[in-house]
Amino acid sequence: MDQILLQILNGLDKGSAYALIALGLTLIFGTLGVVNFAHGALFMIGAFCAVTLQRILNISTVTIDPTKTDFLGNPATIKTPVVETWFGPEMGASIIDWSVPLAILFAIPIMAAVGFIMERGLIKHFYKRPHADQILVTFGLAIVLQEVIKAFYGANPIPTPAPEAFRGSFDFGTYLGYEANAIIYPYWRMVYFAFSAVIIAAVFAFLQFTTFGMVVRAGMADRETVGLLGINIDKRFTIMFAIAACVAGLAGVMYAPINSPNYHMGMDFLVLSFVVVVVGGMGSLPGAVLAGFMLGILEAFASMNQVKAIFPGIDQIIIYLVAIIIILTRPRGLMGRRGVMEE
Amino acid sequence: MLKLNKRDTLLFVIVTAMVLLAPFLLNPFPQGSSMAQMFNAGYPDLMQRFVIFGILVIGFNILFGLTGYLSFGHAAFLGIGSYAAVWMFKLLSMNIIPALILSMIVAGIFSLVIGYVSLRRSGIYFSILTLAFAQMSYNLAYSVLGNPSSSYNLTNGETGLQLALNDPRILDGAAAANGALPVTKLFGLAMRDSYNLNVGGWLFTFNVGYYVAGILMLISFYISIRIFRSPFGMMLRAVKSNQQRMNYTGLNTKPYTLAAFVISGMYAGLAGGLLSSMDPLAGAERMHWTASGEIVIMAILGGVGTLIGPIVGAGFNEYFKNILSKINDGVLHQWLSFLPDGLENFIVGILHYFVGKGWHLTLGLLFMMVIIFLPGGLVEGGQRLAKMFKRKKTDDGSDSNNTPAE
Repeated sequence: MDQILLQILNGLDKGSAYALIALGLTLIFGTLGVVNFAHGALFMIGAFCAVTLQRILNISTVTIDPTKTDFLGNPATIKTPVVETWFGPEMGASIIDWSVPLAILFAIPIMAAVGFIMERGLIKHFYKRPHADQILVTFGLAIVLQEVIKAFYGANPIPTPAPEAFRGSFDFGTYLGYEANAIIYPYWRMVYFAFSAVIIAAVFAFLQFTTFGMVVRAGMADRETVGLLGINIDKRFTIMFAIAACVAGLAGVMYAPINSPNYHMGMDFLVLSFVVVVVGGMGSLPGAVLAGFMLGILEAFASMNQVKAIFPGIDQIIIYLVAIIIILTRPRGLMGRRGVMEE
Repeated sequence: MLKLNKRDTLLFVIVTAMVLLAPFLLNPFPQGSSMAQMFNAGYPDLMQRFVIFGILVIGFNILFGLTGYLSFGHAAFLGIGSYAAVWMFKLLSMNIIPALILSMIVAGIFSLVIGYVSLRRSGIYFSILTLAFAQMSYNLAYSVLGNPSSSYNLTNGETGLQLALNDPRILDGAAAANGALPVTKLFGLAMRDSYNLNVGGWLFTFNVGYYVAGILMLISFYISIRIFRSPFGMMLRAVKSNQQRMNYTGLNTKPYTLAAFVISGMYAGLAGGLLSSMDPLAGAERMHWTASGEIVIMAILGGVGTLIGPIVGAGFNEYFKNILSKINDGVLHQWLSFLPDGLENFIVGILHYFVGKGWHLTLGLLFMMVIIFLPGGLVEGGQRLAKMFKRKKTDDGSDSNNTPAE
């Protein structure tokens, strides 16, 4: 029992990442009808927002302290981050420590701008083109974005630690009556799960309870009629694209402490999140979230040693296997609507 | 000739001439000059890549160009073909013929299974299904089937499958007793043998492996022309333009698309087998989905659905990859030395990101440009240019004819 609980918990954090990326993908697909292969790149840019903020906060002034010497006998240099001189040493240190959560604020305008430019500058021109062209041009864009990041940040993963307060793990088992150390779970993953739950809830609430969201939902159902009613649906869809980019970017920001950002993380997540979208059903937002968590947990279960002893390597292929079975048996995915992408 | 019409015969003859004379055509600069180091492409390794990727993309074009089914998992067949060929070298003989046959058969079987399942869906679902299958093969090759300690180590994981001295090699095991790894060969001709011809300052290399691969590419190209012109090819085009209508007329399109899928899978298997024949080392990274993406890029760059497009695309991609990765800051400074210093450094600083290790960026941008502005690829670009000149000429002609009449 404790093993099962542990695997469910392990699946949650990856599942949250899948769900957030798939949610953004589905938002774009449902509104604009575009298959966005560059969505993984948006996730990666989000993670690099965290890296960038960390670097900005660590910009330091170097002073020489003549009273102390380092091990070579030269006067020691002391680096004081500018933030510490501005806000005082304690406040400054804790700002640096909390750079990843702060990066959320930093990332939102950047991601919204990136999304806006992407939609207006490139994807707008591809609405009338075949889906294959949309896939290809966004794939090209993903390569370009990835290479730009690689040119500026190098090819190595950049460690981006979580705040001190969340660095340890937390003994979940003792609360539920199991023995100590049976279920150990890092704090940051809990935070990640909670964060993604909040974001997902916010997106759904936004679509469900605001007038803007209502118009967008109406546009998703029948774009032409909404346009005939005199509503500028294109403008709203552009804003939805920016929001979807923000969702992917925030997923990336918060994922940075779990997996050090590198330039190909977007591509790694992209294939899986596409599989998630297809399993959930193209164009279905709840389906994307559900499938994201489901596949994350399934993957965690498949990587248990007991399972691997029966089917070696099942953890590597389980997601694809499930996806293939689902596409073949339920072509619309778990919660797909009729008539979406059925040529 | 060869049951081809006049235009196709001309095209085939031109391609044949280019393949056979490639060692001359690709070495326009004398040996040792600085231009030669940069732009000469007439060395065996690169020439082999030209024709092998040509085969791969010709095959991909039969599927994507004719039926419109965008497969995002074609690299899997390339990888499977490579592994099959290396296994043949390990177990049977260093002769490449059984290896190539096996790699085509194995890739064909895989593509039959994957195609049968994937072709039940079309459009974006087909792309994602093939992507899922390819990633699955990649993951299996990389982890489970490549675990050296397990009993079914088929791919040797991260290291890649390679030859060893104690391989059985049933047919020519005794020949490899001298302690060196045997080389791949076609009967008596070793693939890596070359004949060097010195003419003045020029050095031309005629490599056995290149010519074997080149002749196979010509055969593949010929078959692809025949497929394009056959009733079968017509049927595939009909599937591309309107599959629903085909179904309404009572025709089952599945066998046709599946046949196209298997043919293109076998082309990819042949290309994989040839890659292993040139260098008997097969790694899983050949199957990664970005490798599949690169195949798509080559096909699009050249021109999808045209006969010559795949060859142009593969050659263009490989050639520019090669050149761009060779240019470094030093070379740029040398080229731009006529500019004032500040401007020179500024321009080099910008170009720095696009050459050398940044060649991916340039190719990515180029690829996007082609999709945005030239959906028909470089071939369409060439046709547009040709048309422009032609129109100008006829305009001039008509003008000169008209004026006297008035």
